[in-house]
Amino acid sequence: MVGMTTTYLDHAATTPLRPEVAAAMAEVHSAPLGNPTGSHPPAQRARRMLEEARDEVAAVLGRDPGEIVFTSGGTEAANLAVLGTLEAAVHDGRDAVVLASAVEHPAVLESCRAAARDGADVRELPVDHAGVLDLDALARALSPRCTLVAVMAANNETGVVQPLAAVVDAVRRRAPEASVFSDAVQAAAFCDLAELTAGVDLVGVTAHKVGGPVGIGALAAAPGVVLEARQFGGGQERERRSGTQDVAGAVGLATALRLAAADRAATASRVAALRDRLADCLVAAVPGAHRTVPPDVEVLAGHLHVCLPGVEREELLVGLAAQGVCVSGGSSCASGALEPSHVLSAMGVPAEVAVGAVRFTLGHDTSDADVDRALTIVPEVVATLRRSA
Amino acid sequence: MRVLVAMSGGVDSSVAAALLVEQGHDVVGATLKLWGGESDSGCCSVADVEDARRVAQQLGMEHHVFNLTDEFERHVVAPYVGEHARGRTPNPCIECNRSMKFDRLLQRADRMGFDRLATGHHARVTGGDEDGRPMRLRRGADAAKDQSYVLSMLDQHALARVVFPVGEMTKDEVRARAQRLCLRTASKPDSQDVCFIGRAQGREGFLTGRIALHPAEVVDADGLPAGSVDAVELVTVGQRRGMGHGTDGARRYVTHVDVGTRRVVVGSAADVLRPSVLLAAPTLTWVDAPLSSGARAVAQVSAHGRAVPCTVELGRDGAVVRFDDPQRAVAPGQTVALYDDREPDAVVGAGIVG
Repeated sequence: MVGMTTTYLDHAATTPLRPEVAAAMAEVHSAPLGNPTGSHPPAQRARRMLEEARDEVAAVLGRDPGEIVFTSGGTEAANLAVLGTLEAAVHDGRDAVVLASAVEHPAVLESCRAAARDGADVRELPVDHAGVLDLDALARALSPRCTLVAVMAANNETGVVQPLAAVVDAVRRRAPEASVFSDAVQAAAFCDLAELTAGVDLVGVTAHKVGGPVGIGALAAAPGVVLEARQFGGGQERERRSGTQDVAGAVGLATALRLAAADRAATASRVAALRDRLADCLVAAVPGAHRTVPPDVEVLAGHLHVCLPGVEREELLVGLAAQGVCVSGGSSCASGALEPSHVLSAMGVPAEVAVGAVRFTLGHDTSDADVDRALTIVPEVVATLRRSA
Repeated sequence: MRVLVAMSGGVDSSVAAALLVEQGHDVVGATLKLWGGESDSGCCSVADVEDARRVAQQLGMEHHVFNLTDEFERHVVAPYVGEHARGRTPNPCIECNRSMKFDRLLQRADRMGFDRLATGHHARVTGGDEDGRPMRLRRGADAAKDQSYVLSMLDQHALARVVFPVGEMTKDEVRARAQRLCLRTASKPDSQDVCFIGRAQGREGFLTGRIALHPAEVVDADGLPAGSVDAVELVTVGQRRGMGHGTDGARRYVTHVDVGTRRVVVGSAADVLRPSVLLAAPTLTWVDAPLSSGARAVAQVSAHGRAVPCTVELGRDGAVVRFDDPQRAVAPGQTVALYDDREPDAVVGAGIVG
């Protein structure tokens, strides 16, 4: 394994740290750093860097700095958004009623299930065969009782971008009391979040999907949205999330988001072109291969989800890993075993097709050579597995 | 050779992997996720997968997890439940070897271009390529840990493609080797139970959720009442536990179970002895050529049972195993492994009691 060329096409899982981010984070620790809640100079230095980071994150998300709550990542942001708003509603004497799209990340779905165990009324909203939220079903499900509607900005497995503006519009008309939460973890690398999530009440992001470090994320909560804390202590982050803030992490998140935003349009079109070449050539080279998401549906620039009939993705991943091609077979359980995808099943993809489905995700550092190498190796590995089947 | 080693997260398969790496093979580890439900018995748990993965890292190997939960449910768990519902006593570990490890996983290893599939079983394979003689499946070097019984369904085709690296070692040697290599599995206890049945719930708890369990009356050989049981589906021929003592004060054994009429018949230790047992024809497997009818052999009727001399008669219904000395009845559904009369460490075949 040592010295093998790596072709990294799993950016939706995590992205390589951008060197500029690493440098900015190292800079944080280049001089004495205090606890941001303190009053002496090192503490003031920490506080200043933390708040500069908050300003930058807010700017990229199109929010006021006061809306930004730093978290340990996307999962905590989702937990805080779902459970924090429901708890606040219950304290306020309102019902806890949640609608969540069936293709949400487990961070959202499992938070909803935890809420359901505590008595919340949780309903999943269906998607169509392309994985796009069924807006009619949303309209039917909405009622003035609703507390929270969770629809992700873009799906982690398929990259499908959801119609958030229409969701916000429907919620405002039919459930004026409800908040909208959008998990924007995947969308952050390629989309203008300020534009995409305009009008959304709660938005979650994480650094490591945009060239930042693992362990830091943020939840933006619009003014007027009451969030009950899920983690208690010193009352940091305006009583919404206790715990000494991770200044270097916050700087890492801010730098990564700023860099992604700076060359977003150019990067997105370059990566999308690479992705389309990979898709077209794969479909041409592998008999029976097809893109899981129809071409007329909007998908993130880096995502390519393909079904390769006649192979088992577990075997394909082993074959590809042996040659240094890093892709994903979808979601894994705690043991690392691949689980049947709830996203594909919600889209109505038959189990026998889903078994051969794999996800290639490209990122800002993906090159032509990476795509060439994948195109040499993938068809060959598929052919070998099919030959011996 | 390219070898895929099935790593359960236990010490035997850890050392099996280590030995293959030492021998210079190109080794990849795979842990099977077999049971998708709840269990506290340890097997298939996240902790075991983590142990297997860590051992693979220490050995510098690739490691993967294969999710075979659907197939395991279909080919092992469902038949296990069905057999119990019919009042039979299946051995799910043997079915797992037959249909999962040495069928699906072996096929998968083939497709992925591996030359061999290795496991941590205590058994040995001899013959084959080098000397042109048929391959033989033999008992492991550690008599107390020998697992040839649970592998007794393997045939020439399978034996040609498997390797059991710890088969020549005693368990103590295996543990010592693991200790020397600082493998975190070195002092892990052996797994004892059926992996999908939790210790706390037991067989009864597991089956309760899946089939209806019925109380039954217990009678003696003369049909006189001798008590009752809560679940006839859980009673096994030959069972002593829970059957109490006869009027003569001697222990009683189950001699017959009838799920249909919900009747359990008990008798004395002598009543439960049988001169022979029939292995059903469709379940018979042979390591190589079938025994000729009337051949002498040695039979083992449970995983760690004593090997007893016998004569095997083949007929339309299957193989009648005639013991030299009558043996405690073997429950329907159990496997009998047959070993070579002259080389009693070599398996010749196996079958399931009809």
